[in-house]
Amino acid sequence: MTTAAPSHEAMADPPAGAGDAPATEGRRIARALLRDRGAVLSTAFLGLVVLMAICAPLISAVTGHGPNDFDPAAVDTNLGGLPRGSFGGVSADHLLGVEPQNGRDILARIAYGARVSFLIAISATVLTTLLGVVLGLLAGFYQGWVDQVISRIMDFLMAFPALIFMIAILSSLPTGDRSVLLVTVITVFGWPYLARVVRGQTLTLVNREFVEAARASGASTGAIVFKEILPNLRNSLIVMTTLAVPGYIGTEAGLSFLGVGVTPPTPSWGQMISSAVSWYATDPMYFAVPGLFLFLTVLSLTVLGDRIRAASDAGEAS
Amino acid sequence: MARYVAGRLAGLVFLLLLVCVFTYLIFFKLSPDPALMICGKTCTPDRVAQIRASLGLDKPFLTQLWDYLSGLVAGRDYGSGPNLVHCPAPCLGYSFQSSQSVTQMIVDRLPVSATVAVGAAVLWLIVGIAAGLLSAVKEGSWWDRTAMGLALGGASIPNYVLALTLQYVLVVKLQILPFPSAVPFSEDPLLWFQSYLMPWLVLATGYACLYARLTRANVIDTLAQNFMRTARSKGLSPALTMRRHALRPALTPIVTIFGMDFAALLGGALITETVFGLNGIGKMAADSIAKNDQPVIMAVTLLAAFFVMAGNVVVDLLYTGLDPRVRVS
Repeated sequence: MTTAAPSHEAMADPPAGAGDAPATEGRRIARALLRDRGAVLSTAFLGLVVLMAICAPLISAVTGHGPNDFDPAAVDTNLGGLPRGSFGGVSADHLLGVEPQNGRDILARIAYGARVSFLIAISATVLTTLLGVVLGLLAGFYQGWVDQVISRIMDFLMAFPALIFMIAILSSLPTGDRSVLLVTVITVFGWPYLARVVRGQTLTLVNREFVEAARASGASTGAIVFKEILPNLRNSLIVMTTLAVPGYIGTEAGLSFLGVGVTPPTPSWGQMISSAVSWYATDPMYFAVPGLFLFLTVLSLTVLGDRIRAASDAGEAS
Repeated sequence: MARYVAGRLAGLVFLLLLVCVFTYLIFFKLSPDPALMICGKTCTPDRVAQIRASLGLDKPFLTQLWDYLSGLVAGRDYGSGPNLVHCPAPCLGYSFQSSQSVTQMIVDRLPVSATVAVGAAVLWLIVGIAAGLLSAVKEGSWWDRTAMGLALGGASIPNYVLALTLQYVLVVKLQILPFPSAVPFSEDPLLWFQSYLMPWLVLATGYACLYARLTRANVIDTLAQNFMRTARSKGLSPALTMRRHALRPALTPIVTIFGMDFAALLGGALITETVFGLNGIGKMAADSIAKNDQPVIMAVTLLAAFFVMAGNVVVDLLYTGLDPRVRVS
């Protein structure tokens, strides 16, 4: 948005050469991101967290503390179970300290919690994107009654007080696989926000000359949708999905914080923060560590999404 | 115009009805039997049947739904004979937990939620729009970069993390604020202000950051328009071009978003109210969900949906007034 002289190629490029465009466009955005300190730092932090999540068992093996292993030696029963040592029991043995009372290793729980958070957020993003793109395309492409039906469903879902409803549904549903339930609930209430944008863009794209040209030259509906319309939605989809992941990480953490997310002993960041509430005055580290991880992860993803948008906008500006 | 308003209102009523049916269906079909929960551990089948009858849970689903809806519009009677209780319209039933009238519970708690929402809204509008305007005018300056960096950061803090951090720093460590409690204004204005300050700050932070970014983007877009160039070339001072020409088109989209955000907040700031223990609609929602208190869950869902939809309609009507390009015929 700041400098970057708008490249006219992207606009002037006839759709016939669209097959060539994605590679250069992608490379241009990647170059812009590499030059941006915020984007590089965010990517580095996200890489670290993802690595932690993938290597969670390895971390446990090296430190010798599983996510659910109690360590009574690390807490002081005379002080109501507060961790021994300063900063919530940070030591060479427990790098990020321990939980009060039972002495579970916070590093191990953060690593395993990252798995849960990312898995849920990414699955929910994939599903909402899929649903949003398909339904948004259908509504925008066919219009008429199809559009009416889909748009009314979207209105209905967006009018719902989603958070209250998610909590209510999650608390009343039988205890099954909480992660699957969370993903389902997030998806059901999440797709309209993406579908609305896809629909709007499709509506304008359908009337553009190149789509008309494709139609006149006898292209099938499938070809028009996949070769002409979808590639033009790519940029906004990339931006929306990168911004959706931090949103869903926050939602998952929020629901777990309110006690309707993943059930113990499975660790999740939101749940760790929630159980730290009663200790925040005496053991602030217990709350600060998962809080900081959650904050930095959401921030990194948001910064990254923001920079990708700026880079792709700079390419689109005419 | 009148036809448009009537159409929108009819749509609102229809959507509310749908939300009502859908919510009713889910809670009364899926969740565990409330009669069993009320009955407790020492329970006999007779007692359960008695409770079910008194709550009207023994009737078929559609009858229950009809009773609920007609109670909402015209009031309804519970029980029979000497135990007859009349619940005047709008009747939302009685809490399974406390046997209080749900309508009364909402009336009692709405002021708290409204105080939280209004205070936070004032804060985030002033801070967000001012910061966004300054950033747009001084685009690319250190102020712009700092403010926008902070805005990204502020928008990324989950509000319960911020709430606990503030509580730790301001209440436990520095002890400059009391622990929040919903003190009425008339009782002690200073304590009232102090106890609502943290909820306001927590809620306003995320929105202020969002609004600052939005305002900045809109104003920059507007400043690049042809009519702005014309205004400048006529020799108007920068302040005047800003006030007379730029602000209105740049801020109308903010009105839309503000209307919806504010309406959603009136339905209860669930997390903030829960963390700070403020007895508003949001906390009532959380409590009722935890205790499976279905009439209360129904009521808060409906109330929140009503606020969101009504907010939508109000925003659309306001918009036609603010932006001549979208006037309806």
